[in-house]
Amino acid sequence: MRAYIPAYDLRVPGSLSEALALIGREPGVWQPFAGGTDLMVLLEAGKLPHKKFLSLTKLADFRGIECTADAVLLGALTTYTEIQAHPILQAEFPLLCTAARETGSIATQNRGTLGGNVVNASPAADSPPALLVYDADVELVSERGLRWLPYHGFHTGYKKMQIAPNELLRAIRLPRRAQQWKQYYRKVGTRKAQAISKVCFAGAARMENGTVRDIRVALGSVAPIVLRAVKTEAAIRGNRITPDNIAAAKGVLAREIAPIDDIRSTARYRLRVAQNLLQEFLMLLSR
Amino acid sequence: MEEKYFGHSVERKEGRGKVTGRAQYVDDLAFPDMIHGVTVRSSIARGRILGIRYGEGIPWNEFAIVTAKDIPGTNEISLILHDQPCLASEFINHPEEPVVLLAHPDKYLLEEARRAVHIDIEPLPAVFTIEDSLAKRTIIWGEDNVLKAYHVDKGDVDGAWATADVIVEGEYRTGAQEQLYIENQGMIAVANPADGVTVWGSLQCPYYVHKALVPIFGLPAEKIRVIQAETGGGFGGKEEYPSMIAAHAALLAWKSGKRVKIVYDRAEDMVATTKRHPSRTRHRTGVTRDGKLVAMDIDLVIDGGAYATLSAVVLSRATIHSAGPYVCPNVRIRSQAVATNAPPHGAFRGFGAPQSIFAVERHLDQVARAVNLAPEELRRRNFLHRDQTTATGQIIHEDVNFDGLLDRAFKESDYHAKRERFAKENPGATVKRGIGFSTFMHGAGFTGSGEVYLASVVELEATAEGCVRVLAASTEIGQGANTIFSQIAADALGISYDRIEVAQPDTGAVPNSGPTVASRTSMVVGNLVEKAALDLKKTLVESGLLCDACTEDEFVRACKRYIETRGPLRTRSQYEPPPGLHWDDTTYSGDAYGTYAWAVYVAEVAVDTLTYEARVTDFIAVQEIGKVIHPVLAAGQIEGGVAQAIGMALYENVAWREGRMANGQMTNYIMPTAADIPPIRVFFEEQPYPFGPHGAKGIGELPMDGPAPSILNAIENATGVCLREIPATPEVLMEAMAGKAGALV
Repeated sequence: MRAYIPAYDLRVPGSLSEALALIGREPGVWQPFAGGTDLMVLLEAGKLPHKKFLSLTKLADFRGIECTADAVLLGALTTYTEIQAHPILQAEFPLLCTAARETGSIATQNRGTLGGNVVNASPAADSPPALLVYDADVELVSERGLRWLPYHGFHTGYKKMQIAPNELLRAIRLPRRAQQWKQYYRKVGTRKAQAISKVCFAGAARMENGTVRDIRVALGSVAPIVLRAVKTEAAIRGNRITPDNIAAAKGVLAREIAPIDDIRSTARYRLRVAQNLLQEFLMLLSR
Repeated sequence: MEEKYFGHSVERKEGRGKVTGRAQYVDDLAFPDMIHGVTVRSSIARGRILGIRYGEGIPWNEFAIVTAKDIPGTNEISLILHDQPCLASEFINHPEEPVVLLAHPDKYLLEEARRAVHIDIEPLPAVFTIEDSLAKRTIIWGEDNVLKAYHVDKGDVDGAWATADVIVEGEYRTGAQEQLYIENQGMIAVANPADGVTVWGSLQCPYYVHKALVPIFGLPAEKIRVIQAETGGGFGGKEEYPSMIAAHAALLAWKSGKRVKIVYDRAEDMVATTKRHPSRTRHRTGVTRDGKLVAMDIDLVIDGGAYATLSAVVLSRATIHSAGPYVCPNVRIRSQAVATNAPPHGAFRGFGAPQSIFAVERHLDQVARAVNLAPEELRRRNFLHRDQTTATGQIIHEDVNFDGLLDRAFKESDYHAKRERFAKENPGATVKRGIGFSTFMHGAGFTGSGEVYLASVVELEATAEGCVRVLAASTEIGQGANTIFSQIAADALGISYDRIEVAQPDTGAVPNSGPTVASRTSMVVGNLVEKAALDLKKTLVESGLLCDACTEDEFVRACKRYIETRGPLRTRSQYEPPPGLHWDDTTYSGDAYGTYAWAVYVAEVAVDTLTYEARVTDFIAVQEIGKVIHPVLAAGQIEGGVAQAIGMALYENVAWREGRMANGQMTNYIMPTAADIPPIRVFFEEQPYPFGPHGAKGIGELPMDGPAPSILNAIENATGVCLREIPATPEVLMEAMAGKAGALV
């Protein structure tokens, strides 16, 4: 443990109003701490610059999966393990279940939360591509009340989000419209478990007589944020899946993403694999 | 002698303690007055220290602070040479060079203090690659950057080119690799002028640590004591580096007057301790049209890092194994270990052989292609047999049946049928499958005159209760040494396994049976255990207290009576080389090893052409290792070594940034998980070696040698892409496949 523990503070509010009052009074001072699976790694390495944390563990409002006729509402503290075990998510949102199953270790899946994965804002996070493809909304809460935002557009730059320092992410809502869509998810992380994505791809499309009526494509680890590839989607929407159209879509994707070289992989690899996964997804649609 | 235990999978001696958590590793040990120590390191690769500043906000008067000035003796980590300082005093030669040591009772405050020490360094030009080191534009070590060089000459290579129909050239590279033992390195020390120095730690070679501590403290040898704590894996990584940590802990203890514990966390262990030497090997091979090797010209270079450490001996093993298990009348090997400004590279299972065997076994597949022969056919025409000579001119006096090993490996792997099936199914498939193999050997024990020089000693001591203790410095590091020694001693004495104890390695109490390295413990030290045990029984028989065919009760009574009437019952055996072994260090020729293990490994792979990920889907390991002492432990050695070598071949890539490991975390240094490892099917052929216990040879390093070339040969079979470097990460494979298919988008 390289952190100097006495320098850290962790508050554990017993209720939502107490939590909101604290961050309302001192906005930006208290950073939320959910499962802690990212924060504790940084803490251990002595690389966690923020010192004051607000544990969400006692906030019952942030837990549970609730299903209505037209949406599934996931509390921000829903763990990866809970996601994988949920029958409706398994049936209608398989990409999210796969993402949860392929995130970290079993221990990480037991502690790590969906809300934490969103606001930690890693461009390599595994569940956000699935959330983008499912057209999720996020619910933010502050002392002033609630507001809903589309998840697409929530991330505005590297580690930048449309969330105010006095707000907490309370829930994620998935509209139940994906059932008739063909769905595809693939995480490329070199080893089969406990990997961080080099490229992560989620796609869903609605086909009609061999034509792509609607399509959503999202990728992780190829840009400063997890990216919804809207230009690539537009290039495919309304078209049939032909070799020419696939090649054209791959060209659009290459211009839409911005992969980099880092210690995990290379920009060239990420670009090529992202294109290959797009191709695999489109080939799936044509079957 | 009856083999009641030899050849049987008895329960591990220390197994229960490990499984139940009773085993005491160094970080489990605590003493009332113990404080903690940390190391402050350089931040840049090469330079001159201008000054050390201690930042504000830290109660420095509470800390023990040690720099090079506080060393009572000589500032060196004594190994083969004496070039590596214990603490840098003026010059910095790699980015993890230790400069300042701190100790304090509060571990957290200690970390805060570590961050507050600023070492001002004037940078000097540094060298980071084999090529830059060889170019000698910047000299960073000695006169020419060369830590060690060897020449091996057999026949007349220059004269032989004319007799070759085809000449095939190739260059092959291997990367650094982390040992990743489960337990990080650590030491506890107590040290003062009156009592001397005692250290407890996680280590492979107690007497190496002992040898290193003597000059640092300038104390007589008997004032230094090194005790091995339970050790969670070594793989070579705890061969030499423990000397450094022991010295650091002891210096802090000396200064503070308290016991000091230093335990590295994973990040420090990964970046600062030794790794496998990166290598570059160039082959030029002359072959006749019918596939007979006529000349092998091999140029081998390994990257030793900043100091000499063990590079000379790693290079030696790499050199001797570089021509493979083949007969070639004309062989020239030129090998060098060169310095770079990275932390010193060191011992890692295989010790140079995996690097040079990778090169020769990849290269022979290219040679086979050049003369239109199947890779197995080329090898069959050149295999080494009894009475033939190796590259160093060693005449092989045992039966070597590579054809038999190859037949068995091909049968178990269904090699030919799969090769045919994959050729049919691969065109048009997204996931392409392939199968490949390698044939290789691994010399057991120290190279050349090494064992004679070591002159290892083992002692056995009987107690009045009729138990027998094995006294040796050989360490149990997870491989099963204690179990094997006990099996051998129990059979030699004709008593039960439970009556054998293996003493904790402690330089104050056990003789020097040599380091726990080089696949020597079972074969060399096991043989000494057997000799000492037979001698102990003979002593009882000759004293008239025991008949040759005794019961266990009679043995117990005899021990009791002997000790009562004559005093301690203790026997001692010392290494004697097998007759007829000759090695010439000046010409680098002769009997490089007493014997070799011989093996054929077959790997099957699946290569995803969308993600460029190669996965090993099946693995067959067939080897002749003399006699198997403990079937479960032996198979475990092979399975573990193969898994580690799969990591080396496909996954484990050290991301170097100016001599420093940038991915020193297990999240970003991709070691394969259990889910990435295929079934590993292990087969032993047994042919007793007359100078090992019951005929056993060495086994520990062998499985590290063969997998990487087998896997890359299989990838070539699957994709047609000829890779010449490892790790063959997806990024490497993509560039190679893209090169074949045309430019990237």
